[in-house]
Amino acid sequence: MRILTLLLFAFALPAQAALNIFSTVPEWAALAQEIGGDKVKATAATTALQDPHRIDARPSLIARARNADLLLATGAELEVGWLPVVLRESGNPRIQTGQPGYFEAAAFVRMLDVPGKLDRAGGDVHADGNPHIQTDPRNFLVIGEALAARMALVDPANADAYRNGYAAFAERWRGQIRRWEAQAAPLKGIAVVSQHKAWAYLYDWLGLREVATLEPKPGIEPSVAQLARVRDQAAASRPRMVIRAAYNSARPAEWFAKEAKVPAVVLPFTVGAPAADDLTALFETTKQRLLKSLE
Amino acid sequence: MIRPSLIVLAASGVLASFPAAADTDLQALRAEIAQMKQAYEQRIAALENRLVQAESTSTQAKAAAEQAATRAATQTARAGDGKASAFNPEIGLVLQGQAKRMQDVPERMVSGYWPAGHDHGAEKRGASLQHSELMFAANIDPGFRGVARFAVTGAGEVEVEEASVSTLGLGNGLSVRAGRFASNIGYENARHPHEWDFADATLMQKVLFGAEGYRQDGVQVKWLAPTPFMLQFGAEFGRGANFPGTDRNKNGSGAGALFAKTGGDVGASNAWQAGLSFLNTSAADRAAHFEDTGGVEAESFFSGKSRTAIADFVWKWAPNGNASDRSLKLQTEVFRRTEQGTWRCDDADPANATTCTGGVALGDLLTRQTGGYASAVYQFMPKWRVGYRHDWLGKGSKSFDAMVFNLLDAGNHYFADFKPRKDSVMLDWSNSEFSRLRLQYARDRAMMGVTDNQVTLQYIMSLGAHGAHKF
Repeated sequence: MRILTLLLFAFALPAQAALNIFSTVPEWAALAQEIGGDKVKATAATTALQDPHRIDARPSLIARARNADLLLATGAELEVGWLPVVLRESGNPRIQTGQPGYFEAAAFVRMLDVPGKLDRAGGDVHADGNPHIQTDPRNFLVIGEALAARMALVDPANADAYRNGYAAFAERWRGQIRRWEAQAAPLKGIAVVSQHKAWAYLYDWLGLREVATLEPKPGIEPSVAQLARVRDQAAASRPRMVIRAAYNSARPAEWFAKEAKVPAVVLPFTVGAPAADDLTALFETTKQRLLKSLE
Repeated sequence: MIRPSLIVLAASGVLASFPAAADTDLQALRAEIAQMKQAYEQRIAALENRLVQAESTSTQAKAAAEQAATRAATQTARAGDGKASAFNPEIGLVLQGQAKRMQDVPERMVSGYWPAGHDHGAEKRGASLQHSELMFAANIDPGFRGVARFAVTGAGEVEVEEASVSTLGLGNGLSVRAGRFASNIGYENARHPHEWDFADATLMQKVLFGAEGYRQDGVQVKWLAPTPFMLQFGAEFGRGANFPGTDRNKNGSGAGALFAKTGGDVGASNAWQAGLSFLNTSAADRAAHFEDTGGVEAESFFSGKSRTAIADFVWKWAPNGNASDRSLKLQTEVFRRTEQGTWRCDDADPANATTCTGGVALGDLLTRQTGGYASAVYQFMPKWRVGYRHDWLGKGSKSFDAMVFNLLDAGNHYFADFKPRKDSVMLDWSNSEFSRLRLQYARDRAMMGVTDNQVTLQYIMSLGAHGAHKF
């Protein structure tokens, strides 16, 4: 028993050093780290190579939620299949929904693809709209502002550091957005095909036109017959590329690329994917790969 | 901006209607007009410039205002449009049915084991409706959450599977639950039939608690240790009315359970969980059918203590932890049950006299039994999974007075010197996470003298609220 108690203290003490932030997806952990610097320790429950819709409420996630001071989620039902179990099992009152320690990014941005009709015949539709809000860098400004305020609320001792951290991030980020927008100007109006409906915000930002998706319905893996149908339907709109996320299975996009004779573009989708070590690299790589496929 | 250009236009119009003007005058006028025009154009350009600047600042301000407005709007919209119905609980319905091909075995049982609990018609031949599960759940207030599940059987009976309230984070890793709930002992027990990887319950679950698993009417307390890997301890106190116990009409706890669970990740691709659980309960006149020495149906009653220990282990693998393409799940549980008490027998039907007529004490009964199962389920491509499960039960040890055979037929399955076995393979296809079709073949040798080749075709569909699943 004494050994157990010692172990518990050994593990419990370091957690006090910095604000312990537990994010469901890597992008909000990266944003929190940008804002908080060494005042926070932000980790993510998932990686860029995992499908954020399909995560198990793994024992390790429950253990990490137990010790978190602030939980960051995307919301809009992205984590509905596992986060409720993790929150309930954690026994941590600070991060329950409705508490200051529970932060939902989707509450602060303008949502796209909000369904007019809620029917699962439409696939895995999200009532609040498309949850993949991290594909538009402008969303990081509004979410970051709200997040810095929330971090200040949860950890008032470092409120100034978070405010300054956000101000520095926002200034740098605005400059980068202007630069990316200028460089990505040739992408405006380009017709593309996506594997999953994951890029609504990216397309909205850069002016790309989605003419088809490979998944017949969101979250439903396409069969070859369905892929052939998409190829025939999309042919008239002359798509220039087919886009998938690093975590998506490669087969559908590669099949389509070969059939339609267009490049298959793998975008990082979030922080931690190959060539996307941080938020800046995420959009830099996204822009570069899109431009390269136009050549 | 428009006015200066209009003046210029008007002036040139007037001039054009003056045909009699002299050439020189005309030249001078033209020069003057050109000058005016130039001056005006410069002023217009300057004005336009200022306007563009003003516009851009106002667009920025407008954009910011719009963003704030949409933000406010989306937040109020998400708060539920102010309708009372926005507070309705999550509602989910699971529809389940099957067609099963198997032998017609009267009084099907697991040889060597005391028949346990009930089973919602999973053992019917031909097409049958399995139970439909209706679920309601919602946060009650900032402190509590409530869940109710009703199982409606094909015969139209409604059973309360779960009706419990739990705390929403008491702090320090503590949580408390009260009401009726599936006990957290073992791994499979707390999982609902629609979450099972095979069409039917394990032999272990069938003999320990009945196919539907062990449910508590009572209180559960759990504590999660502040460790970087999961370490959880729990205790349950309940009425203990369910098999292997019976409703004993007493104050205080009728069944106690203890469990400890631990788990973690190995790299990004592997996750595991292991647990150890104990259930301690008692039975008073727990009934089972037996044949007397003349082959007439009699009834036996056990009264005494029942203790069960379960060890469980689950390992999940997916490449980089991404289970959408391929994944593997290995799962195993083993148990040991000890029962100690006395038993007696009596007529099952007062009209049919047996050797037990009037009630006869059978003396002491002590049993020790062990068993378990191991399964592997592999998703080899999106939507498709195959699985294999092996179930085994030991014959265990039973000690009782030899005089029992003066009253009960030694050929009763309970006395069989037999090791029940079952092997199952399944293939399932899920169009989405809400629907599943399954084909299963099982070679069932749970009953001595019967080798039953069973084929099951099953559907499991979920409607409504998107339930979150446990590991």
